[in-house]
Amino acid sequence: MSLKSQLFSMPGIWLQRHAQVALSSLGRLVGNRLSSLMTCAVIGIALALPVGLHVMLSNLNTISGGWESGASISLFLDQSISSEKARSLAETLRQHTRIETVELINRETALEEFQRLSGYADALQALDNNPLPNLLVIQPKVEYTTAETAEQLAQELRLLPEADIVQLDLQWVRRLQAITVIAQRAVVVLAALLSMAVLLIVGNTIRLEIQNRRTEIEITKLIGATNAFIRRPFLYTGFWYGLFGGLIAWFLVALSLFLLSGPIAKLAQLYQSSFDLSSLDPNTVLVLLCGSALLGLTGSWLAVGRHLSAIEPS
Amino acid sequence: MIHFDNVSKRYPGGHTGLSNINLRIDAEEMVFLTGHSGAGKSTLLKLIGLLERSSGGQVHVNGRNLTRLKNRQIPYHRREVGMIFQDHRLLHDRTVFDNVALPLVVSGLGHKEIGRRVRAALDKVGLLHKEKSAPVTLSGGEQQRVGIARAVVSKPPLVLADEPTGNLDPELSKEIMELFTQFNKVGVTLLIATHDLALVRSMNQRILTLTNGALSHDSKTEYRDVT
Repeated sequence: MSLKSQLFSMPGIWLQRHAQVALSSLGRLVGNRLSSLMTCAVIGIALALPVGLHVMLSNLNTISGGWESGASISLFLDQSISSEKARSLAETLRQHTRIETVELINRETALEEFQRLSGYADALQALDNNPLPNLLVIQPKVEYTTAETAEQLAQELRLLPEADIVQLDLQWVRRLQAITVIAQRAVVVLAALLSMAVLLIVGNTIRLEIQNRRTEIEITKLIGATNAFIRRPFLYTGFWYGLFGGLIAWFLVALSLFLLSGPIAKLAQLYQSSFDLSSLDPNTVLVLLCGSALLGLTGSWLAVGRHLSAIEPS
Repeated sequence: MIHFDNVSKRYPGGHTGLSNINLRIDAEEMVFLTGHSGAGKSTLLKLIGLLERSSGGQVHVNGRNLTRLKNRQIPYHRREVGMIFQDHRLLHDRTVFDNVALPLVVSGLGHKEIGRRVRAALDKVGLLHKEKSAPVTLSGGEQQRVGIARAVVSKPPLVLADEPTGNLDPELSKEIMELFTQFNKVGVTLLIATHDLALVRSMNQRILTLTNGALSHDSKTEYRDVT
């Protein structure tokens, strides 16, 4: 073979060799079906936990985001403002560029309703005058329903001379979101810890594999194999462990979501909501699979680096 | 081909493997290395294959100064030295074909080229019909011939053999030696360590004798002394 044709055939042979090593290490895993499956399952369970929590949290975010945008502003008018004046104020506010609807609940109606519903009718009748103020329930236009813009609008309404109390009912949504942020951080920490566990699992499995194939490694070194050549099948094995672990994690999360979807739909129905539990989005799956394969590769890289150089033929 | 210049090998703990060896083996020579077990035969071969490094002196093999060779260059040196062992050192989970193919796979040869060369090597040792067998199903002599095929398949200029006939009866040993002679005829340099003196004498080749780690006898220089 001339040097030129040898050079040209090199990349082809190199690729062919890699494909062969990848397949043969896959074949080895399939050969030891039970132990490979157990290793992959451990990796899968370790990864399913953070991924599952992540999916639950993003679902929670979707719901609470919906709640936030649904928030309306309650504008309680001063006691001195008559229902007449309240009506004309409501009319003016309806012209406001950022306001969608204004509903006036005048004090008389409110009192009647309260008497009817609260069971305090007698006590209320003992009062000289109506303690309830006129109330305007203001729904901002869709473009202005985010937390900040709604807050701005509320601030503006507070400046009205007729205004007594302006309530933007977002506090609890905000608290929920703060808790969600903490939970998200916790998921990141959990994911980091469990990723380390995966590194150790793969590393240890590869270490045992290296020990089992010690003779083979010695003989191959005798024959003139470079460290890269000997390393390659172990790296591919780690890669496969990671990838299959990731697939198992995907399956476990999908299964859990499927099992949860029924009860959650029932709960949503009780709240008259049409909430649908969203499953794993393609991005998360991609990150999961790439990440797990990379973890497997890194884990075996660490083990191979430590243990292969210790084996020399004698 | 091989040049030892005042080479010694001491092991940790003070045990001396080799002391002050001066030796020159030319290309295309066939040399036997004899001596009692523990005299340093294996150590000498290990220094040539860089399984061990010398503690003093210079070892040159095939124009390369092994003393200066970096660890990551060792694989490329070993590809030019075929090694044969008493215990064959075959991979028992692979076929005869795959065992013999290993040096070529390691060197990154193409599929077709590997098939052609492996069959040629197996044919030479008379085992072409066993290429798909597992090594354990073969007899000791056949396994050794697989080991020999593996050592020569990449056509190295130098082949080392450490007690290649150690476990074989005289008949089979004779066959193996004939194989070696054939390789030598096509230009391969051979260094064969063995304690089978009767066999060595019958071969009528250069004989080196090691005693307690020192070169005590070299039939080539003796011959020169006589003339």
